[in-house]
Amino acid sequence: MSAIDHPAPAPEIRERFGFLRRSYAMLIKEFIQLRRDRVSFAMIVMLPVMQLLLFGYAINTTPHNLPSAVLLQEDSDLARSILKALENTAYFRFMYEVHDVDDFDNLLKSGKVLFGVEIPRGFERAVRRGDKPALLVAADATDPVAASSALGSLGMIVQTALKHDLYIGDPPEMPFEIRAHARYNPAAASSLNIVPGLVGTILTMTMLIFTALSVTREVERGTMESLLSMPIKPVEVMFGKIIPYVLVGFVQAFLIISIGVFLFGVPVLGNLFLLALLSTLFITTNLSIGYTISTLVQNQLQAMQMSMMFFLPSILLSGFMFPFAGMPAWAQYVGEALPLTHYLRIVRAIMLKGASMHNLHFDALALAALMLIAMTIAVTRFRRTLD
Amino acid sequence: MNGGNGIAIDVKGLSKSFGGREVVHDLSMQVKRGSIYGFLGPNGSGKTTTIRILCGLLTPDSGEGTCLGYDIRRDAEKIKRQVGYMTQRFSLYQDLSVRENLEFVARLYGLTDARGAARDMIRRLGLSGREEQLAGELSGGWKQRLALGACTLPSPKLLLLDEPTAGVDPKARRDFWNEIHALAADGLTVLVSTHYMDEAERCHEIAYIAYGHLLAHGTVEEVIAKSALTTYTVTGEDLNGLPAALTGKPGVDMVAPFGTSLHVSGRDVAALEDSIAPWREKSDLHWQKSSPSLEDVFIELMSRSRDNFQ
Repeated sequence: MSAIDHPAPAPEIRERFGFLRRSYAMLIKEFIQLRRDRVSFAMIVMLPVMQLLLFGYAINTTPHNLPSAVLLQEDSDLARSILKALENTAYFRFMYEVHDVDDFDNLLKSGKVLFGVEIPRGFERAVRRGDKPALLVAADATDPVAASSALGSLGMIVQTALKHDLYIGDPPEMPFEIRAHARYNPAAASSLNIVPGLVGTILTMTMLIFTALSVTREVERGTMESLLSMPIKPVEVMFGKIIPYVLVGFVQAFLIISIGVFLFGVPVLGNLFLLALLSTLFITTNLSIGYTISTLVQNQLQAMQMSMMFFLPSILLSGFMFPFAGMPAWAQYVGEALPLTHYLRIVRAIMLKGASMHNLHFDALALAALMLIAMTIAVTRFRRTLD
Repeated sequence: MNGGNGIAIDVKGLSKSFGGREVVHDLSMQVKRGSIYGFLGPNGSGKTTTIRILCGLLTPDSGEGTCLGYDIRRDAEKIKRQVGYMTQRFSLYQDLSVRENLEFVARLYGLTDARGAARDMIRRLGLSGREEQLAGELSGGWKQRLALGACTLPSPKLLLLDEPTAGVDPKARRDFWNEIHALAADGLTVLVSTHYMDEAERCHEIAYIAYGHLLAHGTVEEVIAKSALTTYTVTGEDLNGLPAALTGKPGVDMVAPFGTSLHVSGRDVAALEDSIAPWREKSDLHWQKSSPSLEDVFIELMSRSRDNFQ
């Protein structure tokens, strides 16, 4: 009241450096807002640290300890020492010893191992006779990077190792022939590996963003208040928001695979129906994770940032960019918790190796489990009140 | 009907705090079925919070009560089915058309013929010909009509309207209130918060809330009578110096300009008349004793409660 009766003197306004003053006012405001937005603040530190650690420690383009299997058709000392020699190179790690060709093929098809060494019956005797028998090394070449370095040095490694072996002595030449067989991708065409990988990567990115924004958008636009006052349950909101995008994701997957097949000549050796089914599972898993992000954050910017936080390790640790087998154990564990890791195995196996459900049930189950975990978190996190 | 005692809302001792600040304090109220109950009070007084508690959007820290016979703590889901809540901010989907918004609400509530219900509502709202227009493109008045339509679509028994007419032109405001009276005549209970005194006077009963405390309630006449306020209306050529001179004098509780006149009010008549005596003799000022308006009562309640609770 007194302000009206006795107006205060007009404040003094300085005209000089107006440009700088106004920029300064804007700058101060931005700093205050940034400081209040804790998630953005955390992201400024987290993103570079995460990226550096992942690139620096987890990624190794000349992989070691590649999971391998041996098909042992004779149990001889020579066979044992060859395996030992292979393992000593640190390139191979023999995780499975099988005696049956079907088991051997299944291990390669399902992606459980990248290499298989087959020691045929009567191998040692043939070596001693000087018959130069064949030692079959089968490599999963769907990822040419992972396979090539190990395959390339195979012959030399074995020879060097065997030189020190008393059984052989110092033969003038290789006592047996190493027959390397790059399965699934004999020409080592990188597009064969990348196109199926892109299906998974693109789906991860788009599906995450779609649902990550869905709840925050309702909150920001004020429609959430009205929605919460109506008789709808959190699960119903979730399904209503996820299902339309399953269709979107399906169209997207179809598009990428079609381009891969018709433009890049990537084969689809396996069952298309199985591919569609497991792709749908993968799409739904990603949508659930996006939706979970949406229930955890406060605004759309945070939702985008958190999606990035999820997307980055997905690309780096899933085996899309760098061979999964080459990563240290901790990174592999992290990788196993990412849906993209499992889907990459699935999509590569079905398209390039003609794998069937029998080979893929572990990865399919892992996807389903991740989906259920995400959905459970989302439903429990979804606030039914404005408290 | 549930709790067929003629009471739609019956709550006792509601309290709610946010971050250590008590927004609603020990609030009790009763609203009769079929009545229009006005909820008045300054900004930040706890009106919205109370409405949100009533429709289950917030859980009270303490207190209990029923809404349409359902327990507000346990039966929030049942209450939601029978309550239409119109938020302060337009909360329908701006990027859906009028028809799509109404059909969405109709489907959510499980109406068997969602399309038909939406079509009927569009006709009732006078929105025919605009049903395909996006809700975000409607003018303020039409948005508010549409929001009311969406609330009443599932035929609720109770309407909670949070400042429904803020920023709406007088004609649209009048139409809106006619609609509310028509709905109440059909037996619907309406709880409406507002800042407008003319709207308060159109309510069957009103409650005044400030700083989370319910300060007065009853019919408009009762609230004015209970205030025990005496008001003098001053008119004249030069009123500019008068408020400053009178404010703070014994017996003068409130001085408020109303257009070209000034309202001077106080509860202690004798003290008030003593204080204004020197100015009553001035020939250029005309003094008239009148009954206080609702606004006088509220402003006085508000200034008094500020002293008590802040």
